[in-house]
Amino acid sequence: MSQSRTAALSGSLAVVAALALSACGAAPDNASTTADGKNAATATSAADFGGLDALVKAAKKEGTLHAIALPRDWANYGALIDGFTKKYGIKITVENPDGSSQDEINAVTSRKGQDRTPDVLDLGSSFALSAAQQGLVAPYKVASFADIPTGQKDPQGRWFNDYGGYISIGCDAKRIKTCPTTFADLLKPQYKGQVALNGNPTKSGSAFGGVYAAALANGGSFDNIQPGLDFFAKLKKNGNYTPVESTPATVEKGETPISIDWDYLNAGYADEFKSKGVDWKVSVPSDGQYAQYYSQAINKDAPHPAAARLWQEYLYSAEGQNLWLKGYARPALMTALEKAGTLDKTAAAKLPKVSGTPSFPTEAQQSKAKTAIAEGWAKAISG
Amino acid sequence: MTSTLPRVDTASAAAPQRRRRAPGWLAVVPLLVVTVIAFGIPALAMLNGAFTVKDQATGATSYTTANLTDSLQGAYLTALLGSVKLSALSAALATVLGLFLAQAVVTSRFRALRDAVLTASGVLANFGGVPLAFAFVATLGNSGVLTQHLGLKDAGWDLYSFWGLTLVYLYFLIPLMVLTITPALEGLRAQWREAAQNNGATHAQYWRHVALPVLTPSLLGGFVLLFGSAFAAYATAAAMVGSSVPLVTLQIADAISGNVLVGQENVALALSLDMVLVAGLVMAVYLPLQRRSARWLA
Repeated sequence: MSQSRTAALSGSLAVVAALALSACGAAPDNASTTADGKNAATATSAADFGGLDALVKAAKKEGTLHAIALPRDWANYGALIDGFTKKYGIKITVENPDGSSQDEINAVTSRKGQDRTPDVLDLGSSFALSAAQQGLVAPYKVASFADIPTGQKDPQGRWFNDYGGYISIGCDAKRIKTCPTTFADLLKPQYKGQVALNGNPTKSGSAFGGVYAAALANGGSFDNIQPGLDFFAKLKKNGNYTPVESTPATVEKGETPISIDWDYLNAGYADEFKSKGVDWKVSVPSDGQYAQYYSQAINKDAPHPAAARLWQEYLYSAEGQNLWLKGYARPALMTALEKAGTLDKTAAAKLPKVSGTPSFPTEAQQSKAKTAIAEGWAKAISG
Repeated sequence: MTSTLPRVDTASAAAPQRRRRAPGWLAVVPLLVVTVIAFGIPALAMLNGAFTVKDQATGATSYTTANLTDSLQGAYLTALLGSVKLSALSAALATVLGLFLAQAVVTSRFRALRDAVLTASGVLANFGGVPLAFAFVATLGNSGVLTQHLGLKDAGWDLYSFWGLTLVYLYFLIPLMVLTITPALEGLRAQWREAAQNNGATHAQYWRHVALPVLTPSLLGGFVLLFGSAFAAYATAAAMVGSSVPLVTLQIADAISGNVLVGQENVALALSLDMVLVAGLVMAVYLPLQRRSARWLA
């Protein structure tokens, strides 16, 4: 009890305190300048800083990279973190691994100018856009910037898509006789109390994507998410929906035998739990395909500006992109790598099958859908 | 706890009275400083934030009542009412059940049982948060031990619902009530019962006209405490039911940290302000009654 009370209190108080204290913080010290006077904090590309070697040297001098909200079991981030550290000898500390995009923005705004601010951010698209508007992130173009498809990057390089995936249906084949492969299947009475989302769509990006995909499957469009809300209301009404939010733990223990989630997470669970006797099947529903990408950004006041930029270069190298791919995430440079012949073909072949090319809702369509979800989700699901 | 009677008077009388006008308020200063820093500043920041809106594009702030209006309609209002409903119901149930349990323990002839129950209550009243949620999920969840062995699922049992959450809350609220009400029950003098019996009162009449009126303020005080505990509880509900039971604490968390909605922080502060107001209203009922209980059970 006292624990729960403290959590609630500290939740609300932390924000309050952060707001109160944000005014007073230490001034940033721009120590990361090279001998010839180039400043990593303002460099907009590696070339601008005097080439990749100069960047590596400056980053090594900084020695650490402060990241936030990167779970090791999410899109193969564990391997990326280890790979970067091994290659450059730069230690990565990850603060609040399970944090959300808003947590990342809060950390940047409330600790402006302090050593503890995160250097790099991995944000949901609308948060990246809002961070750029508020001037929180630094423009930087990685060497392969031109290869990132248009529409998936900010022209100034303040944010660019990193990896993404499709909404998929994961299913525990040991507990479920026939696995559902479409949204229409999910309504069947045999799946009573077994269909879960990864969180609450007003909070979790993948759950939001799940509702969007359900909308597309049920006659909705990017402009109209209401059919998705109606779908989940129906799912709740016929008893198929379980409010347990799926996590690796609930998947392993069978609390969420059917889970609507990003395909890279679901496919990752399949690998992770094979040895534990869980036969986790993943399919991208043919009736509702919804893809979304996350975005990379560099904190404008990054305490380790060179390491932050080197991390971006690493992520957008063939090595980094293929590591995401190995985690079943679809990297932003996938088409470019395929063309260049550097794509990890075995990893690409293991991705859940999808027909057609993804299309994305515009920012205006998304914010309209979000408002609809914020107002309609509780009504659809509670009671 | 409160069973030591008018000890205060004798103590102050016996104390040396040489330094008459020592600046007594000086001793309170540290407490005041802590109160101002730990409660005052956050409260002011909350008040300020609840009435502020920040423009996403320009970063300019301006004062408005829009946050408060937002916090009192739609999903937010549902959540606020849901919290009040859940807290009031589970606190009321725990008050009644806790009273019975405490009375049984107080009048029990076995000293060991009494001690065991009180100790267990002390432990269980503080058993909350995520561990409690997982204990229940493992026992009564979808694939929980009891759910599967007893076939509860077919009987319509669902832990992840309003009633499931009420059950979980009772798990720490009842022990809390036992701890709170036991001193008051011990304060009921044996002479009162004897006097009532000598005057021909039945057992029920004694309870109706003597014991319960004396206990009422304590019971209400207990209810207020339980209400507060349940109202502010967050982690248990967050780990267990997610968004399927609308609760204001969960809505605040969603608004503060999320991957979907941008710029909802100030609505969260407005919701916190709503919570403070609800808690204040409940306290306003309790405080006048407290004075009455002090007269009998000091």
